[in-house]
Amino acid sequence: MKEEFKVISQLVEEKSRVLDVGCGDGILMEYLSKNKVVDVRGLEISKEKVKKCLSNGLAVVEGNAEHDLKQFPNLSFDYVILSQTLQAFMSPEKVIKDLLRVGKKVIVTIPNFGHWKVRVDLLFKGEMPITKNLPYEWYNTPNLHMCTIQDFYNFCNNKGINIFKTISLNGQKTSKITSSNLKFKNLISELGIFLLEK
Amino acid sequence: MGNFGKMNSITIKQPLKLDCGKEISNFPLAYETYGNLNEKKDNAILVFHALTGDQFASGINPVTNKDGWWNYAVGPGKAFDTDKFFVICANVIGGCMGSYGPGTIDPSTNKPIGTNFPVITINDMVNAQYNLLDHFKIEKLFAVAGGSMGGMQVLQFVSNFPNKAKVALPIACTASHSAQNIAFNELGRQAIMSDINWKDGLYDGQTNNPDKGLAVARMAAHITYLSKKGLQEKFGRNLQERSDLKFGFDADFQIESYLRYQGSVFVDRFDANSYLYITRAMDYFDLTKQYGGNLSKAFKESKTKFFIISFTSDWLYPTTENKDVVIALNAIGADVGFVEIKTDKGHDSFLLDVPDFLSTIKNYLNTTYLK
Repeated sequence: MKEEFKVISQLVEEKSRVLDVGCGDGILMEYLSKNKVVDVRGLEISKEKVKKCLSNGLAVVEGNAEHDLKQFPNLSFDYVILSQTLQAFMSPEKVIKDLLRVGKKVIVTIPNFGHWKVRVDLLFKGEMPITKNLPYEWYNTPNLHMCTIQDFYNFCNNKGINIFKTISLNGQKTSKITSSNLKFKNLISELGIFLLEK
Repeated sequence: MGNFGKMNSITIKQPLKLDCGKEISNFPLAYETYGNLNEKKDNAILVFHALTGDQFASGINPVTNKDGWWNYAVGPGKAFDTDKFFVICANVIGGCMGSYGPGTIDPSTNKPIGTNFPVITINDMVNAQYNLLDHFKIEKLFAVAGGSMGGMQVLQFVSNFPNKAKVALPIACTASHSAQNIAFNELGRQAIMSDINWKDGLYDGQTNNPDKGLAVARMAAHITYLSKKGLQEKFGRNLQERSDLKFGFDADFQIESYLRYQGSVFVDRFDANSYLYITRAMDYFDLTKQYGGNLSKAFKESKTKFFIISFTSDWLYPTTENKDVVIALNAIGADVGFVEIKTDKGHDSFLLDVPDFLSTIKNYLNTTYLK
C-alpha cells in the first residue's frame, strides 16, 4: 500500500465514520475498515473502479464530487478524505467548502507542484514538468488546478480553515510541516498531507 | 394458463389486510426455490419478479417450457449462485401462475374472480410474500433482490421489515412511479379494456379471452424495455422475409414482426386481468408519499446494506430515479453502494446477459456473505 495511505490512516481515529472522496479501487477504504474498524463510504467517478469496489463489498457510490457531495448531510462524517484529487476539479474551492461541510475533519493530500524537481524542469528545460505524481503531458492532464504545498497552506489561512496538522511526504519519509519550515518543505516534499477543520 | 398441479404453493391462512381496505385470507401463494437452505438458515435470498414474471426465475419454466425469466442471473455458479445460496421466488398476488389473482376460480361461481378481485398494491404483494419466511423458518434473509417492479418490492420489503434482510438489491427501479410510467401502463390497460372479449373483466378464461388487447399491451410495453440504439442496431429498417415494401399493412419490417411475435407468445402465458391489476399496483407505488414525502424515513429503522444498480440506456426507470433512492439513503448515513452499468440494452438489461452487471452482483454477494 502507498505510504500516503499509511499516513492518512494514522490521522484517522478508530471507530469513526469516514467518507473517501475519489476512493479509486478502494484500497484505502479496505485498509481503514480492517485496521481502524471505521465505518467507511466511498464516492468514485470511474465506473470500472466503482464496480471493483462493489465487488469487494465496499459501500461505494458512483458520482462526481463536484455535484454529488450535496447528498451528504452536514457533519455526517468524522473524516472526509480527498487524496490527490483536488487539482482535477473545475472549482476546488467549492469542493473544499463542501468537504468541510460534510466532514468534522477533512484530510486533503496535494501533489506538490513546488517540489524542486518540478521547479528545475521548468527552469532549465522550459517545459511543463512530468513527475511520478504528475505523470501527464500538458495536453492530456486531468489536473486543472495545480498548486504547491505553500499555495494550499496560504489558501487555508486566507479562507479561515484551521490546519491541525501538515505532513510532508518525500518517498517513504514523513516529516512535520510548520509555518517556520514551510518554504523548505515546499521545496523537498513530493506530497503534502493536510488535516483540516472548518 | 397451464396446469398448476405440479407447483409449490403455501396457503396463507391468517387474514391479510389490503391497502384498498379489503381483507383476504386462506389464499394460495405459489413459489419456487433453487439451491439449499443451510443449517444456519442464513443463506436465503428472496427474489421478486417484475410485471410479467413468475416464480420460475431459473431453469426451465414448466408452463412455458422456456428459460426462467432470470436464468442469466440465478443458478449454479451464476450471480445468485445456487451452489451457495437458497433462492426463493414467489408469484405475486394478482399474478397468474398459481398465486391468488383475478384468474383464480371462485368456488361459488366456478368462474374466474376477474375484476371482482380487489385492487392490490406493491405493499400487499410484499406482505403476502413475507409469509414465506415463516414457512421456511428463516429468521433473517441474506438478501432481497429484484429488478423493475421486483426492485420496488425490494424497497417496500426493507421499509416494512427493516431488519429482515442483510442485503437489498433494488435494480432498475424507482421509489415512485412517474407520470410517464403511469401513462405507458394506462396505454396497455386501455388496449385490454377495449378488446371486445374483455367484457368488463368477466371473460371465462377458457375461450374468447381478450388476447388481442393483451398482445397490443405487451407490444407497447416491450418498446419501453428497449433502447432506441438497441432497436436500431438489432432491426434497423430491415425487412421481414421480403426484398421490398409490399404497400400494405402486413409486417413489412422485422421490428413489426418481432413485436407481433412478442405479443402472440405473451397471451399464451399471461392473463389480461392480471396485467391490469399488476400495472395498477405499480402505478400506485409511491414509497416517498407513504413516508410523508421523505423517502429517507422509509429506511430509517433499517441496518440493511443496499446495492443499487441502474443502466445507462434505461429510459423507463432512468438512473436519476434510482439515484433518488441512493440520495435518500445517504441522507441517513445508510450503507449504500451504487453503480450505473453501461449498456445499450435498455430497461431489459437486468434480465439479459450483461456481464458487467452479473459479475458485479456475484462478487458483491459472495464477499458480503462472508463479511
